[in-house]
Amino acid sequence: MIFKNFKLDLNNKSKDLIPQIITVLFIILLIVYFTINAQNNMGNRGISFGFGFLSQESSFDIAFSLIDYDGSYSYARAFLVGLLNTILVSAIGIFFATILGVTVGISRLSQNYLISKSAEWYVEIFRNIPLILQIFFWYFAALRALPLTIDSINFYDISFLNVKGWYVPRFIWTNFSLFFYSIITAIILVFFVSKYSRKQRDEYGKQIPTFYISLGILFGLPLLTFLIGGVTLTFKIPELTQLSKTIYVYQGGVTIIPELISLALALSMYTATFIAENVRAGIIGVNKGQKEAAASIGLTKAQILKLVVMPQALRIIIPPTTNQYLNLTKNSSLAAAIAYPDIVLVFAGTALMQTGRAIEIISITMLTYLSLSLSISVFMNWYNKKMAIKEK
Amino acid sequence: MNINIIKPNKENLNTFVGIGSFFVLLGFIDFFANTFLDLNFTGFLPDTLSYFMPVILGVLGLHLIRIEFSGNRTLDKINTNFNSSNFNAILSLLVIFTLIKFIPSLLNWFIFDADFSGNTKQDCTSGGACWVFVKVWLNRFVYGMYPDAEQWRINSAFFLLFALVGTSFFSPSKYKKYFLLILLFIYPIIGFKLISGGDFGLKFVETGAWGGLSLTFIVSAFALILCFPVGMILALGRRSSLPAVRYTSIGFIELWRGVPLITVLFMSAVMFPMFLPDGTYVDKLIRVLIAITLFEAAYMAEVIRGGLQALPKGQYEAAKSLGMGYWRMHLLIVLPQALKLVIPGIANTFLALVKDTPLIFVVGLLELAGMVNLAKTNPEWLGMAMEGYVFAGLVFWVICYAMSRYSQNLEKKLSTER
Repeated sequence: MIFKNFKLDLNNKSKDLIPQIITVLFIILLIVYFTINAQNNMGNRGISFGFGFLSQESSFDIAFSLIDYDGSYSYARAFLVGLLNTILVSAIGIFFATILGVTVGISRLSQNYLISKSAEWYVEIFRNIPLILQIFFWYFAALRALPLTIDSINFYDISFLNVKGWYVPRFIWTNFSLFFYSIITAIILVFFVSKYSRKQRDEYGKQIPTFYISLGILFGLPLLTFLIGGVTLTFKIPELTQLSKTIYVYQGGVTIIPELISLALALSMYTATFIAENVRAGIIGVNKGQKEAAASIGLTKAQILKLVVMPQALRIIIPPTTNQYLNLTKNSSLAAAIAYPDIVLVFAGTALMQTGRAIEIISITMLTYLSLSLSISVFMNWYNKKMAIKEK
Repeated sequence: MNINIIKPNKENLNTFVGIGSFFVLLGFIDFFANTFLDLNFTGFLPDTLSYFMPVILGVLGLHLIRIEFSGNRTLDKINTNFNSSNFNAILSLLVIFTLIKFIPSLLNWFIFDADFSGNTKQDCTSGGACWVFVKVWLNRFVYGMYPDAEQWRINSAFFLLFALVGTSFFSPSKYKKYFLLILLFIYPIIGFKLISGGDFGLKFVETGAWGGLSLTFIVSAFALILCFPVGMILALGRRSSLPAVRYTSIGFIELWRGVPLITVLFMSAVMFPMFLPDGTYVDKLIRVLIAITLFEAAYMAEVIRGGLQALPKGQYEAAKSLGMGYWRMHLLIVLPQALKLVIPGIANTFLALVKDTPLIFVVGLLELAGMVNLAKTNPEWLGMAMEGYVFAGLVFWVICYAMSRYSQNLEKKLSTER
């Protein structure tokens, strides 16, 4: 028989090709299948795929917005409001999580038994409770226990805390742009000063007090704009006004809504536990011999920390900490649970309900997070490369 | 500085310790009088100074008893652990005072002033926590809306799981793999059928009625079992030499790792039905399980990849030199060793998974945290949010803390083995 001798000849090349072709085919088939179904479904509902709806009037309100917004703006504007709110709460969370995390991380290494134990228990408690429960706790239980508007907690008559939120003074600037540019100029100047002083140190061995000069520039230039540039800053302190017999509100200041407070609190306290562990691992990771060697060549304790320990510890600390920042940003999407108007609630929630365009809206939301994640990981790779030990 | 002139030394140890302890005692007396008796002995001083008087007195006292190598073991221990410098002394005192100030009121709220007996909100009169709320709702917190008469099915499903795990743990290692296979492939079907019912004379219970703590366990257990093989395949795919397979795996992993779980759940709720033929209905819980599985599989893949990379190259080469093909090499040589390396990482992924389960509320499934949310909006139980969340937090904390402890122990054990 002829078939008896027939053998499928698979040389190495085609052996590699077959699984790849199967994979690609599978993916293509899956996409085609999904697309056909999606087209059918959307056809049945009388909607067509497209992003034209972004320019339509949104006609819903958002409780908290950093830019001008009301129902007459477009969906694209609503998306921007949500994105800005996400970035705002992430930035606040990252700021406080870093401070708290570094403090707790260093405290865990303290010789003081009480301090290290308290830090350890802080980490153990807040790390092992789901973040969403912590957000619920702050929002529904802790912040609801605050007093009513009429008996707000008073901070030196300039800021008030009650169940409706936290009222802080509003900054009123004149010539703000000049002030802003002066800060930018100052930062650029500081950059050049530090470059110049490094050059002086490396080539001529001269020590220039860079720190004080930078500090002077950073504060001096903006101060100068106040003195001669005509920049002024006044505060508008929130005032208690009576709307009706029983309704009181604070007007004039900036309101920080309780959703934002509880979200930022929960995010920073939760993420701080992970950052604390990173910091601790980083400091432990620096070889003891490094400190002893630095001490033996006569560096002071502050110099050892600044010049020897920290640069090496940071190399260990920063990559996982950036990862935690990323997690915090992604976790800020839990805002939807307590109705803080972030991108998920505004766009994947309200806008989706109104337009019914599930595919477009969910894709845009996911792409936004994806590009945030990818840009942070690109930055992280760049930083790692920069900080990696350059062996000669 | 005045304080530095009085340099405590070993020669007149008793004098210094005597005076020092006296100051510390004074600080504590002042503090207790302030906190518990509403007395202020130092009221004649300016407000801030009077407020911080206990700390000032305490630090002064602690400074005086800071004598190195005093020969007294207790004193040395106190000095090294709580009092190694003035800064440390301040911190110690602040921590002690804060604890003394807040722990009694916390305990009062928790236990001494709390109400345990009764059946309605009106029975909570003493001002502390109202644990009656938790007591009344406990059944719902554990079983969700599952019918009371059928709850034995959930119990027996979990009992079966524990029995299987227990017997496999104590059985000879020869049979262990069979138990593992039963656990991985047969048990999920039995468990699912037992709880959902519909056949064998069991009443059908729709997944919308599942809830509470049992749902937390069901979701995390199923997702863990399912995400394991997917994660393994993705990890192998990412390390594959075939570009199409590799880039598909990378793309898949990075896509899921780059987005928050809540958007994935939204996707499973509103976008996924659009991709299926018209009229197909996939159960809500199944959709959620698929979403969580894919999401966790991406993280699992990265954990397993870490194990694959950590394995010495010699293992691959040895397997190849014996003439093993790709699959035989990975299944028999590489994966068993690589998986053992990453057991702590797998435990951490599982921990994250358990902590993520409350998020399924976005599609309307209510596990423990969701049930608390529901219970606290019940008109008869308004204002019970604190008790509910504290209870839910405690339950989750116990589970997660035990798991993290276990994984840390495992990590220690495995790291010493190597």
